[in-house]
Amino acid sequence: MTNPSAPKWATVSLNETPDDRFHRALLDNVHPPAWRNPKPADKYTLIVIGAGPGGLTAASEAVALGAKVALIERDLIGGDRLNVGCVPSKAIIRTARLYAEMRDANNFGGQVPSNIGIDFAAIMERMRRIQAHLGRGASAPQLSEAGVDVYFGEARFAGRDTVSVAGETLRFRKALIATGARAMTPPIPGLAEAGYLTNENVFNLTECPPRLLVMGGGPLGCELAQAFCRFGAHVIIAQNDPTFLPNEERDAAQVLSDALARDGVEIHLNTSAVAVRMEGARKIVDLASEDNKFSVSVDEILAGIGRAPNVENLNLEAAGVRYDTHIGIRVDDFLRTSNPRIYAAGDVCLEHKFTHTAEASARIAVRNALMLGRKRLSALTIPWCTYTDPEIAHVGLYVREAREQAIPVKTFTILMHDVDRAVTDGEEEGFVKIHVRDGTDRILGATVVASHAGEMINGLSLAINCGIGLRALARVIHTYPTQAEAIKMAADAYDRTRMTPTLKSLTRRWLAW
Amino acid sequence: MIVAKPTVPSDEELLDRFQRGAFDYFLEQYNPDNGLVADTSRAGAPASIAVAGFALSCYPVGVERNWITRAEAATRTLVTLRFFWNSQQSKHPDATGYNGFYYHFLDMKTGRRVWHSELSLMDTTLLLAGILVASVYFSEDTPSENEIRACADAIYRRINWQWACGGEVTARQGWKPESGFLHYGWEGYSEATILYVLGLASPSYPLSTDSFGAWTATYQWENIYDYEFLYAGPMFIHHYSQAWIDFAGIRDRFMREKDSDYFENSRRAAYVQREYARRNPNDFKGYGKDCWGMTACDGPGFKTLKIDGRERRFLGYAARGAPYGPDDGTISPCAALASLNFAPELALPALRHFCARYSDMIRDAKLPSGFNPTVPGGGPSGWVSEGYFGLDQGILVLMIENYRSQLIWKLMRRCHYVGLGLRRAGFTGGWLS
Repeated sequence: MTNPSAPKWATVSLNETPDDRFHRALLDNVHPPAWRNPKPADKYTLIVIGAGPGGLTAASEAVALGAKVALIERDLIGGDRLNVGCVPSKAIIRTARLYAEMRDANNFGGQVPSNIGIDFAAIMERMRRIQAHLGRGASAPQLSEAGVDVYFGEARFAGRDTVSVAGETLRFRKALIATGARAMTPPIPGLAEAGYLTNENVFNLTECPPRLLVMGGGPLGCELAQAFCRFGAHVIIAQNDPTFLPNEERDAAQVLSDALARDGVEIHLNTSAVAVRMEGARKIVDLASEDNKFSVSVDEILAGIGRAPNVENLNLEAAGVRYDTHIGIRVDDFLRTSNPRIYAAGDVCLEHKFTHTAEASARIAVRNALMLGRKRLSALTIPWCTYTDPEIAHVGLYVREAREQAIPVKTFTILMHDVDRAVTDGEEEGFVKIHVRDGTDRILGATVVASHAGEMINGLSLAINCGIGLRALARVIHTYPTQAEAIKMAADAYDRTRMTPTLKSLTRRWLAW
Repeated sequence: MIVAKPTVPSDEELLDRFQRGAFDYFLEQYNPDNGLVADTSRAGAPASIAVAGFALSCYPVGVERNWITRAEAATRTLVTLRFFWNSQQSKHPDATGYNGFYYHFLDMKTGRRVWHSELSLMDTTLLLAGILVASVYFSEDTPSENEIRACADAIYRRINWQWACGGEVTARQGWKPESGFLHYGWEGYSEATILYVLGLASPSYPLSTDSFGAWTATYQWENIYDYEFLYAGPMFIHHYSQAWIDFAGIRDRFMREKDSDYFENSRRAAYVQREYARRNPNDFKGYGKDCWGMTACDGPGFKTLKIDGRERRFLGYAARGAPYGPDDGTISPCAALASLNFAPELALPALRHFCARYSDMIRDAKLPSGFNPTVPGGGPSGWVSEGYFGLDQGILVLMIENYRSQLIWKLMRRCHYVGLGLRRAGFTGGWLS
């Protein structure tokens, strides 16, 4: 019998995804219930362990090269990205933005709907529909059709060139480990007993928790704190640092902090959770800052404090692969492990745990493993983005990194409030900062804080990757009006600095002639 | 009929009026028993050690302007220095200080720590700057002036800058007996230049010569609105170190690399602030080319109001800045006027504009900490900060005096420690040559 005094959300099981038609459709693609593992080949050119973004990229790249490929997945094809990461989070973030826009309709000359009801079940159903839709892109049957032998089961190395899975032993010429990472368990007394959310179960919620504590002000914590706040939850965020996103620019973190506060998130910086206990259905969390201790009562706790590489249960010792439970599998700049036959890619071995980095590193690993390639991980230009509103994206060096390397830096800054399209869109918050080597137009790095920063950063990544300087960007016609015009405006600002007093005097004389 | 035209005060008359008004704050808010000065003029306000530092710097100005006698200034200074030398220095939570540093806020009467405030490195530095001004100014061979110099030297020698790094290369922001060093990092340009200068010159516990380089490694040189400068959002950052030290023409490694100096940098910062106010991205009332000044100041309070159909979030006391904000429509008139030395062509029109358009916020020739015309109030100024803040009045007295006579800068040039600290930080050129 249900306890009538218990909050409605407390009846939710967080261990299982709600079993609806969309989830079943997703499973049909990413782990078909009736799937039968293929008969193993004598020897595979490449065995890929893990069918997340890195593993899928590696498998398709290798097949395209003509390799005989086996792909082993213990759970769901698509990995974190599709199932518990970018796809579900961006789906609900979009709905959260819609709610924020509805509430802000007056500022756009619109009418605020008289009743902005939150249908959380519908939000999550849309999310699952999108997962099912995108799950079609790399389904087990499709992979199989493309020539990849797809195995479901736990992979364990049985030797330096063999892997066992589901009772079969597979031999390989080369192997790639792309097992990803998982949410870290925060060592806080009482937390495990009270239960908590991570990215792995938060998308299983069927009711929005009325009061939510988010532990950690990194990308995941900030994104979901804002989203749940916009869904009507009272969100408290505790960050054990003076700013959110401590690796980002101070000004970017400040803009984000202002945005979260404006949305109504209760912010506690320099604060960490030290203990958790249950009082009835409520979770009481003791928080501590420098000299202040206080408790908050919440319905759920979301832990977003970091990720641990999936290196356990692979029997890496048998394969002679060195690893560390914190850092992950040790690889060189060519992504080769301590066993020259075995490579690694993605979250299991990289500091930057992003889908696009997993894919890029997998491409390098496959080329190096199968084609005697000498491509280096360190040569990659890796952008990233935190999908809050506004978004915060970065590529290349930060100023502090450049200065640590004794590189003189100059930053060209354009405020989004000076960009026509940002103003017409009512999205004036943020800026574009492009760092160049002082005295040149060579772009070292850039940070974009804007509603669509994730889209805007790509142009700058392209410029850095292809060695295109800021002066050249000034000559590129950008569509008007777009928010990406901010990049052109920064380039124009650079161009104006080239007009030295001497040049000015020369042109003045020329024009007077 | 002959109608007398209203007389327009000259710049000098206008500056004298506001400098005198600001100076009076330190006469009005002073405790003659211990020399402490209240943080604000509001009832029950505690003392601020930084405001005490401003007070000590203001007294010589008062003497030179014939607002107080030298003897009175010396007495006030001596009472203050005796208090800071003799008050309790220990780990006790309500001591006055520890390891030579002082707590940010003290009880006006007892001089003991209040509000669980932090042992503040920056505020102790501002106090020390005032102490050093006094030690140079009061140079006569009289018992009281001899004691001022002896006390000043003893207080400086007691400050343990090395301990204040907490095992790191750079100085920490503060320390609390309950929890140790503060968890905040100091990233980017801030008002701490003078902290490093005085810390590096310490005769007893000098900061390491690496500390200044490590701190400046976090600087960002930005091109904003076509002005290139060492960015810091709030205007006070561009003022505080420069109230005491004349940075015109002297350069550290960073400024040599950028072919600029901190004086020029503050000039550009003023221009950026004015340009921000002119563009007024958030459409706040009043902003314009003569109405700017975003800095740490009082505000209407932490609340959200719907004004003219638009939801606006307001702040209380907060470090406002341009162009990244936070910006809630609050202007600090003191921040604009304190830019006088760097950009008189901006600061003086701003002052005249404040007097003409927002005279309702000016009382007793004092400018308030902040006003916000967007928030409806009793007059054109809208919301006006209650009372006055010692930091605002102090920076006005010093900056106006530097504009008029360079008195504080000249005194500090004669201070051996300032030259030594600047050289140890890598400054060369200009008056250091």
